[in-house]
Amino acid sequence: MSAIKRREFLKVGALAAGGALITTRLAFARAAAGARRPRFVLVILRGALDGLAAVPPYGDHDYGHLRGEFALRAPGEAKGALPLNGFFGLHPSLGFLEESYAARELIVFHAVASPYRERSHFDGQDVLENGTTVAHAAQTGWLNRALAAAPGVPRRDAGVALGQNVPLVMRGPAEVTSWSPSKLTGLDDDTLARVTDLYARDPLLSVRLADALMADRVAAEPGGAMAPEAMAPEAMAQSMAAAPGAVAGPAGSPQAKSQPAQSAPGGAYAQIVHAAAGFLREEDGPQVAVFDTTGWDTHANEGGAEGQLAGRLATLDKGLATLRGELGPVWKDTAVLLVTEFGRTAAINGTRGTDHGTATMALLAGGAVAGGRVIADWPGLSSRALYQGRDLMPTLDLRCVLKGVLQDHLGIPAPALETSVFPESGRARALEGLMRA
Amino acid sequence: MQQLGSTIAANRFGLGARPGELASIGGDARDWLRAQLKGRPSPVADPQLASSAEVLGQAFALQREIQQARRSGDDVQKKLPQFLQPIYKSEATARFALAVTSDRPFLERLTQFWTNHFAVSIDKQFMAGLAGSFEREAIRPRVLGNFGDLLVAAEMHPAMLLYLDNHLSVGPHSPAAARANRRQRGNRTIGINENLGREILELHTLGVGGGYTQADVTSFATVITGWSVGGGNGLFASGPPGRFVFRPDNHEPGTRTVLGRQYPDRGYEQGVLVLNDLAQHPSTAHHIATKLARHFIADDPPPAAVERLTQAFSEFGGDLPAVYRTLIDLREAWEQPLAKYKTPSDFIVSSYRGLSLPVDASHGPLAPFEVLGQRTWQPGSPAGWPDRSADWDGASALLKRLEWADAVGGRLGSRRNAAELAPQLLGANLTDATGTAIARAAGAQQAVTLLLAAPEFMRR
Repeated sequence: MSAIKRREFLKVGALAAGGALITTRLAFARAAAGARRPRFVLVILRGALDGLAAVPPYGDHDYGHLRGEFALRAPGEAKGALPLNGFFGLHPSLGFLEESYAARELIVFHAVASPYRERSHFDGQDVLENGTTVAHAAQTGWLNRALAAAPGVPRRDAGVALGQNVPLVMRGPAEVTSWSPSKLTGLDDDTLARVTDLYARDPLLSVRLADALMADRVAAEPGGAMAPEAMAPEAMAQSMAAAPGAVAGPAGSPQAKSQPAQSAPGGAYAQIVHAAAGFLREEDGPQVAVFDTTGWDTHANEGGAEGQLAGRLATLDKGLATLRGELGPVWKDTAVLLVTEFGRTAAINGTRGTDHGTATMALLAGGAVAGGRVIADWPGLSSRALYQGRDLMPTLDLRCVLKGVLQDHLGIPAPALETSVFPESGRARALEGLMRA
Repeated sequence: MQQLGSTIAANRFGLGARPGELASIGGDARDWLRAQLKGRPSPVADPQLASSAEVLGQAFALQREIQQARRSGDDVQKKLPQFLQPIYKSEATARFALAVTSDRPFLERLTQFWTNHFAVSIDKQFMAGLAGSFEREAIRPRVLGNFGDLLVAAEMHPAMLLYLDNHLSVGPHSPAAARANRRQRGNRTIGINENLGREILELHTLGVGGGYTQADVTSFATVITGWSVGGGNGLFASGPPGRFVFRPDNHEPGTRTVLGRQYPDRGYEQGVLVLNDLAQHPSTAHHIATKLARHFIADDPPPAAVERLTQAFSEFGGDLPAVYRTLIDLREAWEQPLAKYKTPSDFIVSSYRGLSLPVDASHGPLAPFEVLGQRTWQPGSPAGWPDRSADWDGASALLKRLEWADAVGGRLGSRRNAAELAPQLLGANLTDATGTAIARAAGAQQAVTLLLAAPEFMRR
């Protein structure tokens, strides 16, 4: 279906879908008023990224013996970190982030943690996303609730999750959509109209279908994630190959190709970053994009300046560089926040890796960020300073960072942040001044 | 009402009705389910499939070759995936074919449930070659046995030991650690890895709120030091290749306390004794009952149903068929016929069953799983695939199902009559709206698309 046809269809389809309204686009009004339109990207690093590896405190005298053969040295030495502020450095794989720091477009937070204090990935991710202090205490996420509390007319597509499904952090009352590249061909208008009709009395499916078509339309606009020039030729060629009984051809090949680096933020990650940029570039597209990467659970053979984690960090860093490049002029209005559910043990374990820990780092990058700073109340790494004798002690509540970004970047009103977005978070006060004035 | 029973039995407990299945279930849907629990579990009928020991033995040998070749500068990076990937394809295809053709689909769903409970994921080294044999060797033969036996078999299988890094875990006061410390050069450490110990407690037995502490995790991880795999490289070369090996040298000596109970050191049996107690623990009963109820009743299952299953699990000492029979008897499981949104895998398998599609190994049979976002044995984490609607009902995911359904319709054309199939597949769930839409479709292709797109086909 062409972009225009789909757009026309959408008006009919969405009305058929239980009277849901397409809100008036505000883009023109905003442009006329000359208002800045902020973009926000949340990247969830699933698996517990080792904050002491990504942002090594090489200046801490306990760091070297805890990390042993994997300890990074001061900038300029062999196995040296990239320079930040003379005490903390960046992992040598993070070249783009180093440049961002030098350009004052990166804030590094350290010894930061969500309110979660156990060591389950799955509960840790739940707390990270649900915005409360307890796992499974809410079925919605803080970012969605923030969008619901955003000033102005509610939009149907304020946020997009890059992936087939929407992660918890983006689930909730505000309507958001999800998008992922497709190897299949779209339905013809007639079939789509009939399916829409069939879903008219189904509250879940009618909304999901309308949202999907909306995202597809945005993606198909010139320069969008799905625009012809953005589609890899092989993806087009494979569009029909997934149907059973397809003629022999590349049907099974996606599996072979994507092996074995599935868990690394590899090929699929590059596509996702590309799509995120496509959505955020749109003048009237979503303002908020979320995606996640996995493979950070480095229990064995983690590596130091080189090795397993170094490779994954390099891919992550490259993706961020791509994001900046593809966002072009929009980068100056953008903030990208990278968070993980918790950190890892301060010491290397018995299998040259690290086990589940507590505090870690978070990164805030982008043209809208008042960067070039490390924000950390450093607790130290002596055995007495460690949390439960094993992990980096949390000294900064991650919600302080989240609140600061939501308030100053997306303009979410403080009362909403204190109630619906982060309930019972009074002690975690918003960090101020994270964004450029 | 009878028709509602057979509809639920085939679509919720089973893997989706095949043409004629609802009629063959007949009057007592519960009997049809109970009959599937009799006899031995159905094996995967592919004599070509190799055991995990064979696969792993060859993979280790290949790894040594690669290491040597790398020293001589040859490009050998792809050799291991080239060896493992065809094994994955054969295994996943055989499993898919069995799911599509099985006349014990309830048993097959239970097998998939347990494999997902003890999840390994093919994104970790060697797992592409082991996930299938893990299911065939550790899970499938025990789905009609006792939970405790299933637990021990799963945790001691080489796939699990490798997946959660236990093969390398060494007790800090073990002979191996003492030797390493005497020889120590540089900063290399040797000691425990708590990954497997933690996930057994958190995911496989007690559940995350099940009453264990960090000290229990560390202690249990210490208990299972020495549980390893034979024929590996470096320090782990000895022992039969690709099989479970207990390495006394790596085992932490001494009595350990886990959950307040003391376990004297009896070599590898120390760990088995802990597992036996974990299998009997009330938190485990509740954890398993909750997951079963979520899978077979609703995302947020009624507490009374969970309680009944918990009691049955404890009362029958983890005897799984007794637990399944309790599940079958639960009123709640038969009350909301469409409470569960299908996972992509459920959607694909039920489409194949309903449309009598062949699983053809020569035509990329696994591509639908890739495209719809649920590659077999790749949940990406030891927690396995999630089991709630919100995890699968994304907008983009729905559109892909529709596009795939349309492609299926396009391939079949007039070779299937969706109007005739609809009542045979959807039974009592078939709505007038869906029936009318299919009847009025513009053609046979569109009719198939609408059948698979129907709200009552998206759920079970």
